[in-house]
Amino acid sequence: MATKLVIGLDGHGSGERALAYGKRMAELIGDCELIVVYIVEWSPYSFQTPEENAERHKRREEEISTAMSRVVNPAVDGLKAAGVNARGIVRHGDVAGALNAISEEEKADQIIVSRSSEGGFAKRFFGSSTSNLVMSASVPVTVVG
Amino acid sequence: MNRLKTLLLAQLAAAGIVGSAHAQEAMTLDQQVNEVFASVTGPFVSLIFAPFPGTSFPWIVMWLVVAASVFTLYFGFVQFRFFGHAIGLVKGDYSDPNDAGEVSHFQALATALSGTVGLGNIAGVAVAVGIGGPGATFWMILAGLLGMASKFTECTLGVKYRNEYEDGTVSGGPMYYISKGFSELGLPGGKILAVLFSVFCILGALGGGNMFQANQAHAQISGILGDYPGWITGIIFAGVVFAVIVGGIKSIASVTEKVVPFMGILYVGAALIILLVNFDKIGWAFGQIFAGAFTGLGVAGGFVGALIQGFKRAAFSNEAGVGSAAIAHSAVKTKEPITEGFVSLLEPLIDTVVICTMTALVITISGQLIMDPATGHFLLNEAGTSIKTVGDTSGVSLTSAAFGNSISWFPYVLAIAVVLFAFSTMISWSYYGLKSWTYLFGEGKKSELTFKIIFCVFIVIGAAASLGPVIDFSDAAIFAMAVVNIFALYFLMGLVRKELASYSERLAAGEIKKFKH
Repeated sequence: MATKLVIGLDGHGSGERALAYGKRMAELIGDCELIVVYIVEWSPYSFQTPEENAERHKRREEEISTAMSRVVNPAVDGLKAAGVNARGIVRHGDVAGALNAISEEEKADQIIVSRSSEGGFAKRFFGSSTSNLVMSASVPVTVVG
Repeated sequence: MNRLKTLLLAQLAAAGIVGSAHAQEAMTLDQQVNEVFASVTGPFVSLIFAPFPGTSFPWIVMWLVVAASVFTLYFGFVQFRFFGHAIGLVKGDYSDPNDAGEVSHFQALATALSGTVGLGNIAGVAVAVGIGGPGATFWMILAGLLGMASKFTECTLGVKYRNEYEDGTVSGGPMYYISKGFSELGLPGGKILAVLFSVFCILGALGGGNMFQANQAHAQISGILGDYPGWITGIIFAGVVFAVIVGGIKSIASVTEKVVPFMGILYVGAALIILLVNFDKIGWAFGQIFAGAFTGLGVAGGFVGALIQGFKRAAFSNEAGVGSAAIAHSAVKTKEPITEGFVSLLEPLIDTVVICTMTALVITISGQLIMDPATGHFLLNEAGTSIKTVGDTSGVSLTSAAFGNSISWFPYVLAIAVVLFAFSTMISWSYYGLKSWTYLFGEGKKSELTFKIIFCVFIVIGAAASLGPVIDFSDAAIFAMAVVNIFALYFLMGLVRKELASYSERLAAGEIKKFKH
């Protein structure tokens, strides 16, 4: 059975480092599949106007297609071009929770993320997605600095 | 660029109104608006609130209560049997993780609540207690508990018969379930009723969802800043609402949507603190509520007066049977329309049974309502229309004074809360009104813009008119929606019962599964 590695991208330059590390691991392992994941930060407990609710399904589809075309597909295409077996997933939710849920669904062996680009006030209060993931993940997590 | 253009348009529109206002003296304008408004809306208000012959009991109040009782019995006390399930749905226990990013049950409930929790809970309750005495609270709670079944019925239908368009947007509400449901049952007149509902919904949006809000927000602001003409508040509010609904400046609306729940929690928190500090009086206050419910304790109209006020204010506050919530709830993502019905039944509970009761208790405990120590009955004002209060306050200023009695700075917080509640209710109702407008006149930018401009103009009228005619018209317009909606619900409730039977069976058989999150 192929080794499965989940790579979390954040749409910033730091995600590239996680991608590069995942690619290197896949090459070393050989029989390996990379699952490139982008999570659209979203909470079912947020507050919205009636108009936002009415348009939510449409917006969700747009968010998924934008994330696919701008972040995930270029990464997957790059990996495939380099001869690595890869596919992409976009999902809404809390970054740490959703990455962990995907790794469980896919029976992944490891999650690879880059060090969070968040900082300052929010990080002090809520912790970064990366540290939340490290604390809660049910599979090993590699954090690329 | 487009945004700049709309902003310029907004300013020009506002300038136009200001320009014409300058032509006359401010107070004269307020009085003129008031006079014209009262004479135009008078006959409509009289019809809706006509009492049963030989009594002072308005037929519309009976209409709402009978409907809520019928739905409660017809669905076998659904509000109590499925209460726990409703909580589970809101928590997301039954939400498919693959639907993440769609409108959750929580979001649909929160959006609907932000349209209902507001001035009805603050000003409306004060009006009820001021006129009907603390006893009105008992009837308000009862109406809230029964109203949960009305909400369940209309919101289930709202999701079941909503329109889902190709571009992924949705539209739902009584106008859709009346026309589709009637034609499904082969009943005539569905289209006519749907049109009638839409007309009343537009009036309700302009009345309770707009003018009443603007009016009370102005009362609150002028209470703190000192008296000034209402049209000034109206124009400022109209400008901001215009920027959101026409200019598309969503950030204002989304900030409000985030701040309003916080203000709601703050309001309930403050009420709880006041009740805790005065815990020795809580028993007495409940005693007043129960005694007043059946005897009236000397209030105008006796116990019938308390009952009418309680029922009336509860209906105005939680809008159960009115049909507005069905518009808000219909955007939820679910494969089972009835699940949104269960979720929606929490709305009257939170709005009326919890928040309204808090307000009523704080007012009762505060001692703002003047009582004759000798008789234990309340003293009436000179006109004999309502209970005499310290400083002759009524409406939102009575609530403000009651809270200020225990927490001196709270009236300032309340003023901000009232303005924000008023604003979020206006945004919600502008959407309900717009949906009815587009149902009547078709979707399209021109048609939508026309309604939105009318909506903004009514904000100015609402802020300028005095409380009496505005509150009467607001009530009448909202209740007129309930006339059509409930009439239709009697024909459509069989469809909901089928859904309920099928869902209950599958839930008991374990077919409705919880998801692991």
